[in-house]
Amino acid sequence: MPAVQETVARVREIDVDQYKYGFVTDIESDRAEKGLSEDTVRFISAKKGEPEWMLEWRLDAYRRWRTMVEPNWARVDYPPIAYDELYYYSAPKSTPGPKTLDEVDPELLRTYEKLGIPLREQEILAGVEQRRVAVDAVFDSVSVATTFKKELAQAGVIFCPISEAIREHPELVKKYLGSVVPTSDNFFATLNSAVFSDGSFVYVPKGVRCPMELSTYFRINEQNTGQFERTLIIADEGSFVSYLEGCTAPMRDENQLHAAVVELVAHDDAEIKYSTVQNWYPGDAEGKGGIYNFVTKRGDCRGKNSKISWTQVETGSAITWKYPSCILRGDGSRGEFYSIAISNGRQQVDSGTKMIHLGKNTTSKIISKGISAGRSQNTYRGLVSAHRKATNARNFTNCDSLLIGDECGAHTVPYLEAKTSTAVFEHEATTSKISDDQKFYCLQRGLSEEEAVALIVNGFVKDVLQQLPMEFAVEAQKLISISLEGSVG
Amino acid sequence: MLSIKNLHASIEDKPILRGLDLEVKPGEVHAIMGPNGSGKSTLSYVLAGKDDYEVTEGSATLDGQDLFALAADERAAAGLFLAFQYPLEIPGVATMTFLKAAVNAQRRARGEGDLPTPQFMKLVREKADGLGISTDMLKRGLNVGFSGGEKKRNEILQMALLEPKLCVLDETDSGLDIDALKVVSEGVNALRAQNRAFVVITHYQRLLDHITPDVVHVMAKGRIVRTGGPELAHELEARGYADYVGEAAA
Ligand SMILES: Nc1ncnc2c1ncn2[C@@H]1O[C@H](COP(=O)(O)OP(=O)(O)OP(=O)(O)O)[C@@H](O)[C@H]1O
Ligand SMILES: [Mg+2]
Repeated sequence: MPAVQETVARVREIDVDQYKYGFVTDIESDRAEKGLSEDTVRFISAKKGEPEWMLEWRLDAYRRWRTMVEPNWARVDYPPIAYDELYYYSAPKSTPGPKTLDEVDPELLRTYEKLGIPLREQEILAGVEQRRVAVDAVFDSVSVATTFKKELAQAGVIFCPISEAIREHPELVKKYLGSVVPTSDNFFATLNSAVFSDGSFVYVPKGVRCPMELSTYFRINEQNTGQFERTLIIADEGSFVSYLEGCTAPMRDENQLHAAVVELVAHDDAEIKYSTVQNWYPGDAEGKGGIYNFVTKRGDCRGKNSKISWTQVETGSAITWKYPSCILRGDGSRGEFYSIAISNGRQQVDSGTKMIHLGKNTTSKIISKGISAGRSQNTYRGLVSAHRKATNARNFTNCDSLLIGDECGAHTVPYLEAKTSTAVFEHEATTSKISDDQKFYCLQRGLSEEEAVALIVNGFVKDVLQQLPMEFAVEAQKLISISLEGSVG
Repeated sequence: MLSIKNLHASIEDKPILRGLDLEVKPGEVHAIMGPNGSGKSTLSYVLAGKDDYEVTEGSATLDGQDLFALAADERAAAGLFLAFQYPLEIPGVATMTFLKAAVNAQRRARGEGDLPTPQFMKLVREKADGLGISTDMLKRGLNVGFSGGEKKRNEILQMALLEPKLCVLDETDSGLDIDALKVVSEGVNALRAQNRAFVVITHYQRLLDHITPDVVHVMAKGRIVRTGGPELAHELEARGYADYVGEAAA
């Protein structure tokens, strides 16, 4: 869907949410104290009206988190995060939001313009105060969302905020939450487990092909879930679901630290396709104010012949730390990872994937395209491992980096571990640079420098773009050229 | 159409063009010949606006427009086309995609709308057929894995699609076999028109057998040192550049 529509959709969601639940949160009076303690966790759990077991689960994670240290092996560099200075629930604005668009980073506004986003929506995206505007859109969108919900319900698909699932479908949540990413998994995942705000829950029953792409278009509670989002998707035997996350319009957020967890479970013969376009605010030219994005995404191909594929277009954030992974447990299961990671300005990206082959005849494929421009650093970090019992494990990895300019960096860090001699891992990697001669050739044919770079870059990422659902791909393509603006000349 | 006066240009502070004058009228074909390293490619790059070259003196105008006041892409939109001696490869970008981007970029620069895709495809097919360029080649990455001759034909295809005012061909004949030479020459001849001019840089008479020039220039050490009719090319073929190298050095 075009950016404008996507934004309209987003604006609508905000109001759908209010309408549906009949409250407008008075942020000032409805928030946890600054910092993180058991009380904060209890507060969050109580606010969500959670059952006791959920609270215990969170507290367990919290206690564990207190004993952990932040990882520092990634090739990213940022000032220490003062965890006790953060708000963990309904974070109020630490500084008053901009009063008008005049106070917003002009670069951000320029991007909105390029995406063709109308003024009023720009205000909302940029977090200008008095954001509740699109009232006229409410009724319309409620009916749209209701239609979708009805159709999904008919198919037996459960798609709701995870907070709702905890109340309405405790047996499913209990069974699957933390079963892919254990609460003890890593520093950021553990933090998320203690304080996660909300996110999506999807359950596709046996043999059901989900009748539509599940996108953020009608996802509820979007506005409050940004910081510590938790998503759980379960595809039961023989089912299929395609889930789209993200938005092409850059979103500002008062919360600098983001630590999401996404868990996917695919049973026998089931398939999950998870696509992301990530475009968080990368910060101004100096890198100030950008989002730190520490994400744990993991899919468990639990059943035989199951399949999980991750497709991602990463263009935003000041820091991205993200390794969507597949555990290939079921015999004959398949994992795929298609990624475009773009860094510009002073962005730092450390991203990649892990393919853990446990079952027999499991296959995985990794196509990673990293583009670095400006003074950014872009690292691909990938692990492919085959367990002793994973006979005939197959992996194909293709990892290409493209450099634009002389001040950026691209790094490839592949880890390969095969404990069975029958495993076959293929790894291809290239690093190239857009040469001045190539650029001149394009200019001589009448292309502007920016058009030339966009053309070359689009050629470079084509294989991955093709993996995205059509409308998303078109949007992503536009987004890629915008992300690289200012990287030439 | 093209008017170059006392052009001096250098690269990395090394003077290459040293007082070059050239007048090309609409409809004319000028051949420039000269020894290796005399600055022929440099002239074409300077006209097209390549970054590394610095114009230290002199002027060049295209239909009265100061070329040096325009950026490279603006010069292209103003109607200047350069067929490269060594066409560049761009992996991942299908030739067809590139052609379309170029055609539409120039149309936009001239305030025209994009050419609708079906119309564009038809146009490309037509021109490509004439030059013996297959559909398969159009789908491949731009110039990637093309043979030397295929690259040159691809240059002519671009020229035909972009319909420039002034075409500068830098050794388009080198690397072509006899049949390809004919195909390419016919391509060029088909484009000859009242309002279009050509500057053909070449080392060999054989190209000029197919594309008959109106004027032949000899370039040496960054200058035009002699100008004559088509017969001058024959004379050069017979006698080489010895005379001119000496003359320019003096
Ligand atoms: N980047 C550069 N740095 C230094 N000298 C250069 C550079 N590029 C070209 N030159 C020099 O400029 C001179 C003119 O080169 P140019 O390519 O214009 O010659 P040419 O007449 O086209 O030769 P040929 O017939 O071999 O194609 C040569 O001496 C060449 O070495
Ligand atoms: Mg040359």
